[in-house]
Amino acid sequence: MVLRTTWHNIRRTPYQAFTAIFIILQTFFVVSIFALVAFGSSRIIEYFESLPQIDVFFQNEAKQEEIDSLKKQLEESGKVDKIRFVSKEEALKIYQEQNKDDPLLLELVTSDILPASFHISTFDINDISSVAESLDKSSIVERVVFPQQVISRLIQWAESLRQVGLALVVFLAIDSVLIMVIIIGIKVSYKREDIEIMRLIGASNWYIRWPFILEGVFYGIVGGVLGFGIAVGTLWYATPYLSSFLQDIPVFPIPMVFLLQALGIEVLLAIILGALSSYLAVVRYLK
Amino acid sequence: MTMIRLDKVTKKFGTGAFALSDISLKVEKGEFVFLIGPTGSGKTTIFRLLIRDLLPTGGNIFVSDFDIVKLPHGKIPILRKKVGVVFQDLKLLTDRTIFENIILSCEIANIPKKEAIEKTHEALKRVGIIEHKEKFPVQLSGGELQRAAIARALVLSPEVVLADEPTGNLDLATSWEIVNLLSEINKKGTTIVMATHNTEIVNKMPLRIVGLDKGRIVRDEKKEEKKEDKNKK
Repeated sequence: MVLRTTWHNIRRTPYQAFTAIFIILQTFFVVSIFALVAFGSSRIIEYFESLPQIDVFFQNEAKQEEIDSLKKQLEESGKVDKIRFVSKEEALKIYQEQNKDDPLLLELVTSDILPASFHISTFDINDISSVAESLDKSSIVERVVFPQQVISRLIQWAESLRQVGLALVVFLAIDSVLIMVIIIGIKVSYKREDIEIMRLIGASNWYIRWPFILEGVFYGIVGGVLGFGIAVGTLWYATPYLSSFLQDIPVFPIPMVFLLQALGIEVLLAIILGALSSYLAVVRYLK
Repeated sequence: MTMIRLDKVTKKFGTGAFALSDISLKVEKGEFVFLIGPTGSGKTTIFRLLIRDLLPTGGNIFVSDFDIVKLPHGKIPILRKKVGVVFQDLKLLTDRTIFENIILSCEIANIPKKEAIEKTHEALKRVGIIEHKEKFPVQLSGGELQRAAIARALVLSPEVVLADEPTGNLDLATSWEIVNLLSEINKKGTTIVMATHNTEIVNKMPLRIVGLDKGRIVRDEKKEEKKEDKNKK
């Protein structure tokens, strides 16, 4: 009966129902977009973090024993995750592969002029700078190259995006709650006479509240699922463009497990938001 | 056994007007009492006090086992499930069928669905409008609506039925039908208090009459049953 009353209330006021669903849809569309952006940015950062982060080029005079000693020192520092040694011959192979379409460049270069190098990944991105500085001081090192600025900038952007997203979501959530309180409040006012009758024949406060709370939950579920669906649909539509823009960065496909988890969490939040709004409305208007 | 007891009950509204002044009244189990008096004499106020829709300014009120004044707010629904009320303005939900209006009381009382349906059918049969169960209130006549309101008051088999002007807008023949119906219900043991203006009915029924005027009891008497009083109408 409570469910039937809830459905009856929704059908009797379709425009209010549409408004309530639409406002929740907007909120959860933005939530979904930012969840996907957060996921994508973390994938991008992971990708850059997984790349050899420091390239150390050795002087031509550097001896293999010195290089091995430096490798040992790095491994013992506890900051370094992986070290890959690229000999002069390997460097030439890489160079040849990269320039296979340009015979002139291939002719000019021999392994003698290419330096041996280390490609180093650190456990913690924040250690890049200190490891790079210590390598720079080594007498056998010619040059140290590390893309820390790029990663730092990426992290900053991701963090800023997260903060802006969070602020926007909080703002929209408050907005949704207030609008829902007004919508459900209007519905309570419409039903004031019916509520009075129910009270007079023995209905408890909760008997009267439940249909309104379930109505809020219904709007939350429908709005949340639609908002998520539209966001994922938009992403699906934009995937070819984003993939070509991101090139080798493996953001796509978004794993189904992540999407299902996000949907579950968003629906749960939408239910809480809908139920909370309705509860506030009935408490406010059923005094 | 006393079903309703009012001890020196006073009700003063915010405007300063006294709706009831020092009223004391007892209604025994199984009694049928007419509450008569002009508009504003306090009849509806008594009913509202009896279902704790209002609290008295002074005095004590007992209905069955309930101490109305001390009744915790959370127990008001329990009281209202035990006291059937036929409201002056009927208070039927216009967007629900008669069946839905009646069964609502059962649902509020948490009666299982199957039993609720049985009780609703039984109540509708008892008041003689089972054939109108799928109609909406707007589709029924005044007398049928009164019967529907009575069915709702009866569906939970209450110990007491309070009927506030149940014949108010009805023609005399229909009014008699309603009073006879209430009388039959009373004969099965339900205590009935009926507020009315209808002196013709009151004078012909061999029942207790409590008269109110300006919030005071001005008359409390029981008429003796006479042969000619039977089968009125």
